[in-house]
Amino acid sequence: MADARRADVCAVALAEVFRGDGEILANPIGNLPMIGGRLARESFEPDLVMTDGEALLVQNPMPVGVDDPPKVIEAWNPYRAMFDIVWSGRRHIVMGPVQLDRRGNANIAWIGDDAQRPKVQMLGFRGGPGNTISHATSYWVPNHSPRVFVEKVDVVVGVGYDRAAELGSVARDHAIPAVVTNLAVLDFDNDERSMRLRSVHPGVTVDDVVAATGFALDVPDDVGESRLPTDAELALLDQIDPSGLRFGEVPDP
Amino acid sequence: MPPRDKRMTEDEVVSQLESGMTIGIGGWGSRRKPMSMVRAIARSSLTDLTLVSYGGPDVGLLCALGKVKKVVYSFVSLDSIPLEPHFRKAREAGAVEVEEYDEGMLLLGLQAAAWRVPFLPTRVGLGTDLLALNPDLRTVQSPYPDPVPDEFEEYEELIAMPALRLDAALVHMNRGDAHGNGQYLGVDPYFDDLYLCAAERRFMSVEQVVPTDDLASLGPLQTLRVNRLMVDGVVEAPGGAAFTACPPDYERDEELQARYAAAARDDDAWAAFVAEWVQG
Repeated sequence: MADARRADVCAVALAEVFRGDGEILANPIGNLPMIGGRLARESFEPDLVMTDGEALLVQNPMPVGVDDPPKVIEAWNPYRAMFDIVWSGRRHIVMGPVQLDRRGNANIAWIGDDAQRPKVQMLGFRGGPGNTISHATSYWVPNHSPRVFVEKVDVVVGVGYDRAAELGSVARDHAIPAVVTNLAVLDFDNDERSMRLRSVHPGVTVDDVVAATGFALDVPDDVGESRLPTDAELALLDQIDPSGLRFGEVPDP
Repeated sequence: MPPRDKRMTEDEVVSQLESGMTIGIGGWGSRRKPMSMVRAIARSSLTDLTLVSYGGPDVGLLCALGKVKKVVYSFVSLDSIPLEPHFRKAREAGAVEVEEYDEGMLLLGLQAAAWRVPFLPTRVGLGTDLLALNPDLRTVQSPYPDPVPDEFEEYEELIAMPALRLDAALVHMNRGDAHGNGQYLGVDPYFDDLYLCAAERRFMSVEQVVPTDDLASLGPLQTLRVNRLMVDGVVEAPGGAAFTACPPDYERDEELQARYAAAARDDDAWAAFVAEWVQG
């Protein structure tokens, strides 16, 4: 595994967020999350269902960055049908937050303090509220920095653990299994349900992650190292991402 | 006896719209948008419009030309250019008001209007800032006990997504007849039939008007999504969705879209683009 690069470690960490999910719609948004999801399905989670990024469910590992890849079409899934899946709870999405706070509240909509005149307009609410109240939502942050990991998000689009706890049973399906970044893997697996450092990627120190985070992280005594890809996983990554888009998204340190 | 002929021009559609109206625009992002009707609005004297849209260049163009008072939206995107630059510019200048929703809430709002109920209940929006941002948005308590017994409260409190009633709806289909039956031939119907059913005045442009008897042979029966109960006016508009995608008739004109987007940064380029593509 001497050949494993940081982007490969991120891809494996993103694949790992789907471990144990079984037959649900794995819906990673963006190139590296997509690569990770397809890696999971081709290795340890064969029952995962995935889309072609549009209105079809496709069974084969369509390579990323390839024009008109072959598709083994399983089913038709237009936008309207996607809400049937979202609201059924049988889905796990990976979203890219603009801001994320200590309790997992996420912002993808806009930056600023005036909703009618934002400093920077981003995506809008999109599916953030529906995703986070209906099924598991993990996050992918390619550039771990205090600008993303903030004490307080400007607007809560994705529900965090504090808000979910206030809601009670109606939020029973809320879960944030993992936050994967270019530096580390984080989760909320502590009593307070606040962001906890689970593992640092090889070559990254705990202090690096703490310095790049704009709030007080829960740092356990025994922070491990994110695992390296196996040889088989590296071979799969080269099939799923033949042009190496992942290395553009996460350059080597 | 054939039913009545509903064909009209884009300008005749505009003559049935009024300033201050709430208008729903079909399609999704930069896909199958009724751009020839949107451009006719852009050329008109209409103003103070409220737009309801899974937004694309329809929203961006009308915002950039000062036609819009408020946008009811979840996103505004050009797909290959993720953030619509003209909408972004209008937002960052505070030039348009917004009413923000999750994209599934837009579906529920249109469905409620189509079914003529005041709201539809949903979990979507709970725990987010949508309630604080939309002071008119209300919750409703389920009259039925929680089906999953646990330690929490017995009757769920849900968001009551209000009906998004439209004064008018504009959609673009691949084929249709003169009477208002419409057919999509691409992979996704989007929400076009819902927009039509949620509106008072309903207008459909089509790539090609064909005899009714041809429709069933042009694609699977499931593609006949729009029927004439849903439509007041039919516009034959070949290329009417351009520069947005309208497969299988044509893909997105990425070059034209890129010019449209780049013109958001340059007043002279924008004036030239409007003269050529909107006024021209």
